[in-house]
Amino acid sequence: MLSKKQARAFFLGGTLVTFLIFIGLTIFSLSKDVDQTNHENITEAVVRGKDLWDHNNCMGCHTLLGEGGYYAPELTKVIDRRGRPYIKAVLMSKVPWQPNGRKMVAYGFTNEQAEDLIAFFDWIDDIDLNGFDRVVSPLAKDKTN
Amino acid sequence: MTLYKGKRRTTTALVLSMGLFFAALLYLPGMLPFDSQVTDSFFRWWVVHLWVEGVWELIMGGILSFLLIKLTGVDREVIEKWLYVIVGLTFLSGVLGTGHHYYYIGVNKIWLIVGGIFSALEPLAFLAMALFAVNMYRKGEKKHPNKLALYWTLGAAIVSFVGAGLLGFAHTLPQTNLYTHGTLVTAMHGHLAFWGAYAMIVLAIISYAMPNMTGRKLYDTGRGRMAFWFSNVGMVGMTVAFGVAGVAQVYMERIMKIEFMKVQEMMEIHFYILIICATLFTTGILMYIADFIKHGQPTDEALIKE
Ligand SMILES: [Fe+2]
Repeated sequence: MLSKKQARAFFLGGTLVTFLIFIGLTIFSLSKDVDQTNHENITEAVVRGKDLWDHNNCMGCHTLLGEGGYYAPELTKVIDRRGRPYIKAVLMSKVPWQPNGRKMVAYGFTNEQAEDLIAFFDWIDDIDLNGFDRVVSPLAKDKTN
Repeated sequence: MTLYKGKRRTTTALVLSMGLFFAALLYLPGMLPFDSQVTDSFFRWWVVHLWVEGVWELIMGGILSFLLIKLTGVDREVIEKWLYVIVGLTFLSGVLGTGHHYYYIGVNKIWLIVGGIFSALEPLAFLAMALFAVNMYRKGEKKHPNKLALYWTLGAAIVSFVGAGLLGFAHTLPQTNLYTHGTLVTAMHGHLAFWGAYAMIVLAIISYAMPNMTGRKLYDTGRGRMAFWFSNVGMVGMTVAFGVAGVAQVYMERIMKIEFMKVQEMMEIHFYILIICATLFTTGILMYIADFIKHGQPTDEALIKE
């Protein structure tokens, strides 16, 4: 039967090999040639929008790219679904937004901040998500192919 | 550093220390700042996934081995050999299994294949851990009187197999995950997995260590057993509620394309069930804490002869 030494070799060998492959695949998938995010479209406004997204912990309630909290709606493709004026109104609202009973904090963003967040969502919307972009709820309604 | 001072550097101690060291090291990739949400997310999973499906399993395996050696009396060599097999399976599947977080966040499709295959193998490590715990328990000659520690130890191994292994597998294949990604199905798996693999094993080691440290034979109390069953039944109930709600959510939102808040309203009943189960769970935990406070503090009780 298997000895302790063999078991150890299995552990160390397996770890080393899979870890090296993992590093290789990481380098590959972050390289420019296979970029699916339109990295060149990340403008300063997009970065400012992302900072706002991070600092206000939007992910605590919302999901984006399917990641985050499950309390509030997914925001990938939100511009397609709601349109800019609606989103801007929500972001700039001085009173808590609660269309269906669930309350969103009244962030009261400035016009520029709202524009930055919309630029961020706009960039997110064009990412190729390997098919998830066509599934995510209730995505771009009839654009499903 | 106790590791170096100790007379013997055992495999168990080594695996445990490796786990702790890499857990600290892996905190770093999460701190890297990127302009791209996608890259941020990519490295965040280096932390989260490689913690819970990698090095934390090392820690869990180490603690489990220690407890099994103490509680069952099975030979250390045998237990530690299987510990290597288990942590070997963990890394073999878990490192590349990180790919299951990369399916739909805006990186190359290669992860659908790599993540799909390797994360499908991840339950093997948990299966091995559960089989290992149960078999060692059966095989053991010594019957340690600390029944509570044994409950939590075997419970941790079995619940983490179900929660992390089976329920994780249930939505890890890319074809399924395309629909379940970002829904309550994830919450179903996450809750039970975390409870089994990380909370229960900690409660197990506390249950084992406390009587030794206080000198009191708190091995089997009515309240201790109730704490075990209440918290576990509560958690399983929560898992079922999340599961049913999750499947309903996937169907209504992703297939029927009904709007998020409408779906949430239709699922309201599950949230009430969730609260009831969470209350039961909390009651169990409070009982555990009550036992801990009552028996953890030094009193003269320990000095009184039995
Ligand atoms: Fe994972």
